[in-house]
This record gives sequence, structure tokens and C-alpha cells, in this order.
Amino acid sequence: MKTFKILVGFMASLVLAFNVMATPVDTYEFKSTDNQKRALSLAHELRCPQCQNQNLIDSNSPVAQDLRLEVYTMVDDGKTNAEIVDFMTSRYGDFVLYKPRLDPKTYILWLGPFVLMLIALYVALVVVRKQRGKSTAAPEMTDADRNELEALLKSKQSQDNK
Amino acid sequence: MKKLVLFIPLVLFLGMGVFLYQGLFLNPQELDSALEGKPVPAFQLERLETPGEMLTQEDLKGDVSLINVWATWCPACKYEHPFLMMLARKNILPIYGVNYRDERAPAIRELSREGDPYTINIFDKDGRLGLDLGVYGAPESFIVDHNGIIRFRYAGPIDRNVWSETLFPMIQQLQAEAKQDGV
Repeated sequence: MKTFKILVGFMASLVLAFNVMATPVDTYEFKSTDNQKRALSLAHELRCPQCQNQNLIDSNSPVAQDLRLEVYTMVDDGKTNAEIVDFMTSRYGDFVLYKPRLDPKTYILWLGPFVLMLIALYVALVVVRKQRGKSTAAPEMTDADRNELEALLKSKQSQDNK
Repeated sequence: MKKLVLFIPLVLFLGMGVFLYQGLFLNPQELDSALEGKPVPAFQLERLETPGEMLTQEDLKGDVSLINVWATWCPACKYEHPFLMMLARKNILPIYGVNYRDERAPAIRELSREGDPYTINIFDKDGRLGLDLGVYGAPESFIVDHNGIIRFRYAGPIDRNVWSETLFPMIQQLQAEAKQDGV
């Protein structure tokens, strides 16, 4: 019983620890929890321009802090997600988007995999069809074949019996 | 014809190989600036040396100029500083400083000790102008044409190579453009 309690305590502290890890360190007070949710998910989708491979939440660099705060205040000011993303890209370029926009420059990113898959399907189809054309079923035996086979078997048997 | 179809995967593979191979030689630090081709963002900030004296983007207009974002906390700025001093002595173009997320007193002290290459120094304590310029570190420099349009952004310290290979040829070209426009 005691070990069970210890185990539960340990699990609880683990859960708590992960919760703490998931929240950013800023002490910004949002007007509503909806705003907070929206701001945090936006900041997750925006890349820190300095540290390259972290989003605004994960990064501790000064510029990420600034941008994070900017996102928070813009959300609280009632700006839409599109407006905030525009604000960021007009300053830092498309680089800050972890999820690239669909425009002529990024068609290959968005559509490339599907095109490749279609080509692969087409090639597979062609190969399968070709295989099917060359029928792999055994050729039909004619009566003459059958007679010949029987004769051969018989001669073999008689040889074995000798 | 049917045999050619079988070569499609190879061709695709080679194509992707070339594409990805090129990617190996790109520098991820060189982000293309979103501001190239746009005017210097509007601002209203104090002059570094004289609190209360306000500057705006209009004060930077007229000549082809270099905007240099710097701070006392930035080691690469110290490395860059002697080269900026040399540029200032040669009087090629005005250099406008943006003192970025810094404190006034140490910034002024630093300039009086090491020399001041800047024609005008803007005190951007909160980094607001830096944010509008899309600055993500210091030093960063912007070449601005005579119409106040940002034409080039360079992230990192300016040294002799960067200057002679990239910045100076561009500045000469812009100055020629300015002359044609009769400025």
C-alpha cells in the first residue's frame, strides 16, 4: 500500500513537471483564456528568426521574447490570426512560418509529394500490366504432349523395375 | 517507348538529387529580407545623445545611406566598429546608427571612447524600430537609397570582404541612380 502511494505521488509529480514544461515562462496576463489559447497556438506556429529551429515558445532568445509578447498583445487587441501572421512575415519574411503558405513559390512543397505518389502509382500500374500480359500460367497440354509424357513415364518405370 | 517509362524513377531520383545537393550550399543564416524594396519603417524616437530630441524616418531621407543596428552588449558590433570608423573618415555615405535594446549612458560612453562613426544615432531602447526593421540580432545593416527605400539588408558584422564584394558596388550603383535623378 505504501509503495502504491509513493508511486502515485511520483506519477503526479511527473505530470506536474510536464505541465510546467509546457507553459512558457512569460508572466503575460491575457484578457481571456480563449485569447491565451489562440496566442499560444499561434506562437507555436511561428519560427524564431534568430534561432532557426525553434518556435517562439521554445526559444529564449531576446527577439523570440519580443515577438512572443507582440503576438500576445496583438491577440488581446483583437487582431485576427491572418493579421498577426502578416505582421510577422512583412518584417521577417516567410521564414517565420513553420507552416508555409500555399502560393506559387511553395506549390512544389505542398503538391510535390502527391505528384510523386501519382507517378509512383502510374509506374507500378505499368509494371503490373506488363507482368500480366506475359501470362505466367502453365501452357495447356495437348493430347500429343500427354501421350508423350505417358510414354516417357512408362519407359522410366520399366527401367526402374529392371 | 515502354522501356522509357521505366527510366522515369531514375530521372526523378537524379532531379531530386541535384535539387537537394544545391541545398547543401545554402547558408541558413542568410534570410532574404522582407523589407527590401520597402521604405524605412515609420518611427519616432529620441536621438541617442540628446534625450527629448525626436527623430523620425524623414530625418534619414535624401542621400544613399547605411543604417547600422548596434548595441554595447553585442561583441560582433565591437569587431565591426573600427571598419565603420574608417568608412566614416572616407566620407562615402552617411551612416545612421540604431542603438538597439541598449542603455543610453554606456552607449554614449562607448562612442566617446571608441569614436563615433554615426551621422545620426537613434535610441531604440525597446527595440521597436528593430522589430519593424525585422532585426533579429546585432549588428545588422541596411542600404537605403535616396528615396528612403531599403535596397539591401546585411546581417552580421561588415568587414573588408563584405564591403568590397557586396556593399560598396551596390552603394556606387545607387549613388549613380541618385545622380541621374538629380539629387
